[in-house]
Amino acid sequence: MISFLARRAILALLVLITVLTISFALTRLSGDVAVSMAGPAASQEDVETIRKAYGLDRPLPIQFANWVIGAASGDLGRSYLYHAPVAELIKARLPITLTLGLTGLCIALLTAIPLGILAAMNEGSVLDRAIMMIAVIGQAMPSFWLGLTLIIVLGLRLQWLPISGVDTWDGYILPGIVLAFSAIPALMRLTRSGMVDALASDYIRTARAKGLSRASIVLRHALRNAAMPVVAVAAVQLGFMLGGSIVIEAVFSLNGVGYLAWESIAKNDFPVVQSVVLFLSTIYIVLTLLADLLNAVLDPRLRTA
Amino acid sequence: MTLRRFFALFGLLIVGTVLIVAVLAPWITPHDPFAQNLDGRMAVPFWMDGSVVGHPLGTDQLGRDYLSRLIYGARISMIIGVSVVICSGLIGTTLGVIGGFFGGRVDAVVMFIITCRLAIPLILIALTVVSFVGSSFTVVILTLGLLLWERFAVVARTTTMQVRTLDYVAAAQAAGCSKFHILLREVLPNIAHHLVVVATLEMALAILLEAALSFLGLGVPSPLPSWGLMISEAKDFMYFSPWVIMIPGVALFVLILGINLLGDGLRDWLGATRDA
Repeated sequence: MISFLARRAILALLVLITVLTISFALTRLSGDVAVSMAGPAASQEDVETIRKAYGLDRPLPIQFANWVIGAASGDLGRSYLYHAPVAELIKARLPITLTLGLTGLCIALLTAIPLGILAAMNEGSVLDRAIMMIAVIGQAMPSFWLGLTLIIVLGLRLQWLPISGVDTWDGYILPGIVLAFSAIPALMRLTRSGMVDALASDYIRTARAKGLSRASIVLRHALRNAAMPVVAVAAVQLGFMLGGSIVIEAVFSLNGVGYLAWESIAKNDFPVVQSVVLFLSTIYIVLTLLADLLNAVLDPRLRTA
Repeated sequence: MTLRRFFALFGLLIVGTVLIVAVLAPWITPHDPFAQNLDGRMAVPFWMDGSVVGHPLGTDQLGRDYLSRLIYGARISMIIGVSVVICSGLIGTTLGVIGGFFGGRVDAVVMFIITCRLAIPLILIALTVVSFVGSSFTVVILTLGLLLWERFAVVARTTTMQVRTLDYVAAAQAAGCSKFHILLREVLPNIAHHLVVVATLEMALAILLEAALSFLGLGVPSPLPSWGLMISEAKDFMYFSPWVIMIPGVALFVLILGINLLGDGLRDWLGATRDA
């Protein structure tokens, strides 16, 4: 168990170092960062001032070392656009993105698990086919278009929900639904296949033979075993959702981390861009690490793998 | 089973139609997709009152014929889908086959590269690259092609592992074939059917991502009629004229649905021929 933990942690650390390098290299793709930051109207002096102020006049290895050392101590540099530390900008906007991600995940789980169970209980029936069709349709729906469509139908025509901003809690519902759509197909398929396997197993036959109720068999015996991979994948999906919330934040004008990244990319605010890339990757790395550990705790067979 | 086959044929029909429309675009568009007509802006489509003859799907905010733009948009989506899949398929398959065949340290390195790719947020990286390098059609294709290879790598790796212990690989080794020959002539043809299914999934994803990037203003540059860009440019008008985002949105949805249904059908069909 200890050696599994150690190996898994070392792998996560190596991935983190690679992400640090990628995030740094990405923002240097434009060639001269100072020139693109200053904009087309800037004079040579302005460019030089920016170059000095952001340490861009130093050799690349020194810049990279500064970025790594700063990031390790929680200092992500200063935003060029907001004149504020990047770490504070991200911290201020994190609650919105996190609430959105968790709302999306809750909606996804509350939809995918019951539907997956229902499909598995009626395996091969018309109901099963219809439910799996929902997965295919969900996969084909462009998220930004679904968002705009829901805004028109539920927000404007029916006026049930607010169409942008999150001044009140119900502002999270529409973007949450759209975000959930990206995770529902995978979670639903996984629940269904896990439940199909579980329901065909020996311990379920035993439970039936003991005369337990159908509800008890499905929910207490089969689901407990089928839920394990779903929980692990849900953690990974949350990572993908936080990374993908940039599109949804743009559609619903939510001022979260994704929106911050979008603005910064468009305006060449490179300290913010590289920090958000690093930040979202780190969350994903931590979530997958947790999912692996959770799996190892729940399923002892994995520890020796 | 017949229902599944029906869905697969439906998918094939959709993809085939879009492909034909995309190839024939210059000959079948009623108007120039770039020609503006400021007197004839926001004409409504044929099913609404007051539609204009000659513009069956109406015109956009600059008076450009919507049907013609939609047809050229099919071209952009198909070129993006096919080119990205070729690019990412080459990268992913190479990595996966090498990792799966050689195993050990080589495989560990391949797995590490796949893990790193999964850790970085896809859309954010694509947006950053396109923005910092400069947005153009080629840049979008290359960016997505360099990012969307991980499923190819995962599938190629696992299937190569299954294949490498089989007798015909051992026979080729005994016959003194080079490693390169074995990978290309013995392994690759026997895992190709799995890769074809992955290719459909990735093609759908590439088209969706291009649309999302273009929607965020950092994909295919204006005035190219990408469906994502059409939705983006039209969204200021969607409150009073919802059809301006519905038409390209439905087109996108139907194409992706068709590719996915075709992919599911191919999975059933190729799986069956393998077992037979």
